Amino acid sequence: MTGAADGLLVSRDLSKRFGGLIAMDSLDMAVRPQEILGLIGPNGSGKTTFFNVVTGIYPTSGGVVEFDGKDITNFSPQAVYRAGIARTFQRSRLSLSLSVFDNVMVGNHMRLDQGLWFNLVARKDFKRQFEENFERARDLVKVFDPPLGNRMFEAVGTFPMIDRRRIEICRALISRPKLLLLDEPSAGMTHDETKALMDDILEIKGRLEDLTIIIIEHEMGVIERITDTCVVLNFGQKICEGPYREVAEDRLVQEAYLGIQ
Amino acid sequence: MFAVLLPGIGSAVAVTVYVILLLAVESQAAIAGLLVAGVIAVLAAARFGGMARIGRSFAERENAMNLVIILAVLAVTGFFYEDHFILLLMATVIIYVIACLGLNLQFGYAGVLNFAGAAFFGVGCYTAAVLTKNTAMPHLLILVAGGVMAAVIGSLLILPVLRTRSHYSAVVTIAFALLFKIFLEVNDTLGGPQGLPVDGMNVLGWEFNDDIEIGEDFEIAFYVNYIVVGLIVLALAFTFVRRLERSWVGLNLDALRLDETAAACFGLNITRWKITAFTLGNFLTGVAGALYAMMLGFIAPTNFTFGDSLILVSIILLGGIGNPWGLVVATTILIILPEKLQVIQEYRFLLFGAMVILILLFRPEGLLPRPLRTYLPGWRPK
Ligand SMILES: Nc1ncnc2c1ncn2[C@@H]1O[C@H](COP(=O)(O)OP(=O)(O)OP(=O)(O)O)[C@@H](O)[C@H]1O
Ligand SMILES: [Mg+2]
Repeated sequence: MTGAADGLLVSRDLSKRFGGLIAMDSLDMAVRPQEILGLIGPNGSGKTTFFNVVTGIYPTSGGVVEFDGKDITNFSPQAVYRAGIARTFQRSRLSLSLSVFDNVMVGNHMRLDQGLWFNLVARKDFKRQFEENFERARDLVKVFDPPLGNRMFEAVGTFPMIDRRRIEICRALISRPKLLLLDEPSAGMTHDETKALMDDILEIKGRLEDLTIIIIEHEMGVIERITDTCVVLNFGQKICEGPYREVAEDRLVQEAYLGIQ
Repeated sequence: MFAVLLPGIGSAVAVTVYVILLLAVESQAAIAGLLVAGVIAVLAAARFGGMARIGRSFAERENAMNLVIILAVLAVTGFFYEDHFILLLMATVIIYVIACLGLNLQFGYAGVLNFAGAAFFGVGCYTAAVLTKNTAMPHLLILVAGGVMAAVIGSLLILPVLRTRSHYSAVVTIAFALLFKIFLEVNDTLGGPQGLPVDGMNVLGWEFNDDIEIGEDFEIAFYVNYIVVGLIVLALAFTFVRRLERSWVGLNLDALRLDETAAACFGLNITRWKITAFTLGNFLTGVAGALYAMMLGFIAPTNFTFGDSLILVSIILLGGIGNPWGLVVATTILIILPEKLQVIQEYRFLLFGAMVILILLFRPEGLLPRPLRTYLPGWRPK
């Protein structure tokens, strides 16, 4: 495995079985710090499963995950988050009845004082923390879409899909994670909306230089434009990796995609 | 400045007069007429934007409106100052609202359904009975003790309650509610089916269960004592629940209710916050129970049936899940209606059931839907 030793996120021999189904098969992967890695593959090839195993939603069936030099295999989702990994979900999982601010603040959990005394009695201190975090949340949201910053206390359910995706990414970014996992951020959006969202992501990446991103994406134009390198999965196995242009030429990759369509 | 308060004050005055009328009138036909008129007035107000304006008074001048409501309750109390029956009803409403604030914290915020509300209320009642008769503990402390006992006994249920995914927890609380009543009935030290006497409240020598005599022939019913203390406890509980909702803790509870998996991916300790909500909720319910027992002077297992638990849950569903003001409205309706309209007394469970079904069908967020969270009332971004 080349480069596995100096990766920010490294998986070795990582597997996940659901009963008889092998959703992820001995996956070796290394994500270098500060890169944008595209995770691609046909439907059902195990991309989301990889995210779910890394973030502790599913226990592994075998193998190791290391993050930042530390073994995080089978950590709880909470511990993975505290280690510095935040994510979005393929099917948006925002709380639609809560405000934009509320949703973003959920992602900021580890930076907020959670004591009962602080929250209920020391309301002056609470006010200060609230105001600081309001500023931070609004500034972040404004990077994506300035008008959104004026609507922080409106229910997320009233916003169109593109805004919801932006809010979900803000929720993941507000705690300043080292690694951001994006699961099909363009799902359900038009071509123009997708382009706008990718501009936003590149802009954020420009501002937060230390940020590393893994993005799952079906639209190859997006992958070509924003990723430094790609990993291609098929039936839970890695069949190819490298820069998009090389990967696109690969015969196995072409077969995997053609075989599906 | 004052203009924004007007709709709120106006509606409070109107509701006060209306409630006084409703409570004072005896003829069943007149009561039915008043109820119809009330419903029409509310619908008309909603139709012409009156509700929105009243809502704005409450949202923007919160402290002032809280004061207005307290004054309104005191005005009704003053009007019926010697009417034992009506004052008992009012005090009961106040105490039930306290209990429901506890359930609201559990179900409305954390999403933990508790069908044993009356049982935890009962734990508070029996704690008061035992402590007033057997110890010299100051009575205000006994209120706290009732809450603590309810919270402690609630911890027996925590393990099963944490497994809410399968509705298992609801079933466990139902079982607990039924067992609690049976336990009381067979337990002789707690009075068995006959129940236990409870001392009236006594604070610094002031006997709460004596009518208040002023001069020769002016007498105020003793229930006024309980209305005043009840209002104070309610104000504290209300403030507590509101502050909780308007904090990161309230946000945590909403987040885990709406999506446990997503919440876990952002570091929320689901177990910790569910336990917190369940325990604090039982505490409030227990405090209410202790106060209720001292007011009644006598308690028996029949006060704490599964049916009573269902009434508490209906109040939450009817009022507006997660909205404390909704509880006030729903409790008032559910407690006062059957007492005034004798026709429905016998069918009240049927009626409550029908009301809950109608609400769930046509207005699932309840009579007063919960507004979005405002962390600091009146706060505006710069
Ligand atoms: N919780 C689960 N239980 C059983 N099988 C599952 C579960 N989650 C995923 N699978 C199966 O694992 C395989 C991989 O699924 P996964 O969601 O990882 O695919 P994907 O690459 O993300 O596909 P898509 O592009 O459609 O999102 C699929 O066959 C899927 O049905
Ligand atoms: Mg997927």
